[in-house]
Amino acid sequence: MKDKSIGYILQRLGPLLGLLVIVIALTIMSPQFISIDNLLTVLRQVTIIALLAFGMTFVILTGGIDLSVGSTLALAGALTAGFMASGMDPILAVLLGVLAGAIMGAFNGVIIAKGKVAPFIATLATMTIFRGLTLVYTDGRPVTGFTDSEAFDLIGRGYLFGIPIPVIIMFVIFFILLFILKKTVFGRHVYALGGNEEASILSGIKVNRVKIWVYLLTGALSALAGIILTSRLGSASPNAGFTYELDAIAAVVLGGTSLSGGRGWIFGTLVGALIIGVLNNGLNLLGVSSNYQQIVKGGVILLAVLLDRQKSS
Amino acid sequence: MSQQPLIEMKGISKSFAGNKVLNEVDFEVLAGEVHALLGENGAGKSTLMKILTGIYERDEGEVFVKGEPVHFQHAKDSEEKGIAVIHQELNVIPYLTVMENMFLGREIKYGKTGFLNTKKMVEKTKDYLGQLGVEIDPMATAKELSVGQQQMVEIAKALSLDAELIVMDEPTAALTDREIDRLFKVIKNLRDQGVGIIYISHRMEEIFEICDRISVLRDGDYIGTEHVETVEYDEIIRMLVGRQLGTLFPERNTEVGQVKMKVEGLSSDVFNNISFELKEGEILGVAGLMGAGRSEIMQALFGYRDIDEGKIYIDGKEIKIKKPVDAINAGIGFVTEDRKEEGLVLTMSVRENFTLTNLKDVSNQSIVSNEKEGKFVNDMIDRFNVKASSMEQEVKSLSGGNQQKVVIGKWLGINPKILILDEPTRGVDVGAKKEIYQIMNELTEQGVSIIMISSELPEVLGMSDRILVIHEGQIGSELSREEADQENIMFAATGGE
Repeated sequence: MKDKSIGYILQRLGPLLGLLVIVIALTIMSPQFISIDNLLTVLRQVTIIALLAFGMTFVILTGGIDLSVGSTLALAGALTAGFMASGMDPILAVLLGVLAGAIMGAFNGVIIAKGKVAPFIATLATMTIFRGLTLVYTDGRPVTGFTDSEAFDLIGRGYLFGIPIPVIIMFVIFFILLFILKKTVFGRHVYALGGNEEASILSGIKVNRVKIWVYLLTGALSALAGIILTSRLGSASPNAGFTYELDAIAAVVLGGTSLSGGRGWIFGTLVGALIIGVLNNGLNLLGVSSNYQQIVKGGVILLAVLLDRQKSS
Repeated sequence: MSQQPLIEMKGISKSFAGNKVLNEVDFEVLAGEVHALLGENGAGKSTLMKILTGIYERDEGEVFVKGEPVHFQHAKDSEEKGIAVIHQELNVIPYLTVMENMFLGREIKYGKTGFLNTKKMVEKTKDYLGQLGVEIDPMATAKELSVGQQQMVEIAKALSLDAELIVMDEPTAALTDREIDRLFKVIKNLRDQGVGIIYISHRMEEIFEICDRISVLRDGDYIGTEHVETVEYDEIIRMLVGRQLGTLFPERNTEVGQVKMKVEGLSSDVFNNISFELKEGEILGVAGLMGAGRSEIMQALFGYRDIDEGKIYIDGKEIKIKKPVDAINAGIGFVTEDRKEEGLVLTMSVRENFTLTNLKDVSNQSIVSNEKEGKFVNDMIDRFNVKASSMEQEVKSLSGGNQQKVVIGKWLGINPKILILDEPTRGVDVGAKKEIYQIMNELTEQGVSIIMISSELPEVLGMSDRILVIHEGQIGSELSREEADQENIMFAATGGE
């Protein structure tokens, strides 16, 4: 590691420093922000976006994009709720929900890899299709009437050793994905594909297979996010996850992953998601209206990307 | 009283992160002179040129343009003083026309309006291209042009900017012989008009043909300047490498064995009925003009291009190659012509590039073993004498020769039986070239069969046991090492019977 320059380290630490600055600023403006309770709340709120953004990191590392994650979240959440409402065992329902998300993701992957459709276009289309399917399945109404399962409630609302279960799920998945990216053949191939697809094909990497798996993974993670959300709210709204894909992309970009692929890291994405979560929470505490919040959030994203530019040029 | 130099650089030094890449270098170019700047990759040529054109700032030294001290901060500053650069990778925008490319960013308008004066721009484009004596339609889309023509457009553009000094970085690397002839005519013409030209190339014959003087850099030091008329080839090589290189090509005394691969009637839209055999431990040279279909045939063998018909046998068994993976599984490695686009993942480290092909072999199940990977990569770095600060260095920052070693090295991980090398020493300095030849020799001694496409005839003649000459998608001629010479290869390559 000795030839990593100071600039490189700064660039890597940039997102973390940004998060720190925001946290300090919010603490000064609103001391209750830094309480353990509130921080746990922030973490719990971040879970959904973080799970979407984790998958998105893989997709973006390959040089792709997935706009359908919010719709996948909604459809998988609704399906899981519907399965349970019709009397299915909650654990089976959750597994089927995740499977459904994986299938939706794999569908994206096949269209992109085998159909050679640009990821933006392919997932723009499936974003609409999956949302439409959700509306058809739910008839446009929230799915309820499944809340008698304690096990299911735990997923979104439970605590273990005082830590919200969704937060534990998020960290477990984070470490698994971190390991996959850093240590496995698959992870290396994700980076290689995003860095140079041509060279990857010519080196014998089965790039289509890598692509399909990446979208499949993202679909499954989106479904998991949908299930957690459904559990927390006690109902599955057909509009759940609307525009979440943008927050997920923002988290990835805030974390320093390059939209052109090949460069980035999942730790940055976690930090990026935290920045978004901390901002949401802090601005709420400060009583900033949600209209202004959007402006602040957008501004922070712009600022972060501009600063990143400065450093890398 | 001697002529005042067009540009003069004195005592230029530059360090990057404490690493001195230029050490008190002197360099001058006269008006109406073609001055070759020579040096192995990593000698400091590009850095010196970047300082001249204002992309880098010098640490020490002085730069004069026509006797006037200058301190360029941006490429724009040097442009204003009449310095233009024709990069190795051309800067034309493929979907714009020749005229649009010429006037990009300084379009001629009707007065102060935003409306383009297309007519005038077309006329001027014609004028400038006419000055070079080339006929290119100003309204043609740039991507329809050959590389040579695109280069002419860039030179014309430099002229339209009133360039008095043109830096040409490996201008002939991607040109056909005919295009090189035309380029040389243009260069001589420019020289006669008083333009100074800095000519960077690894091809020694060209330098003797076109240049007036040469200056040599080695490891960031200025070694000297000589007149081409009075200097000997050996002397230049000695200046370049600081030692006697001996002969460039190692002695070939590998025992050629049984037939390893047999290709029968391979055909596609760009080549037709290609049949040949490749023996164990053999180096089969593939010569031909650019565009004859040499690379395409090899891409097809490697499963990277569809074929209409034809059969491939390895060790007497027919094998189907539909994708690169199939070829790799059959023990074929392919070092492509374009190492940046097709060979390397530039965002990755030396280590990660070395193990692109054999990551599974340095892994336990699907988890990469740091220990196995590190050992493999360190072995490769030693074996190929790769000059990198560590295996974590970004492959992007290596010199061309070292990058090429990485591309070749990554194929050794699959223990190839057959290695296809497409222009293995293009853009590689003399020292690295020799090392690559050495490695080829070693591989064949271990029984690996090599197919080498090359446009450099001395290389084809020096390394091949047998030579196929491709002409317009067909095998024009097959020559043994003994019977081949430059004349009969060129004869067959240009369609002689």
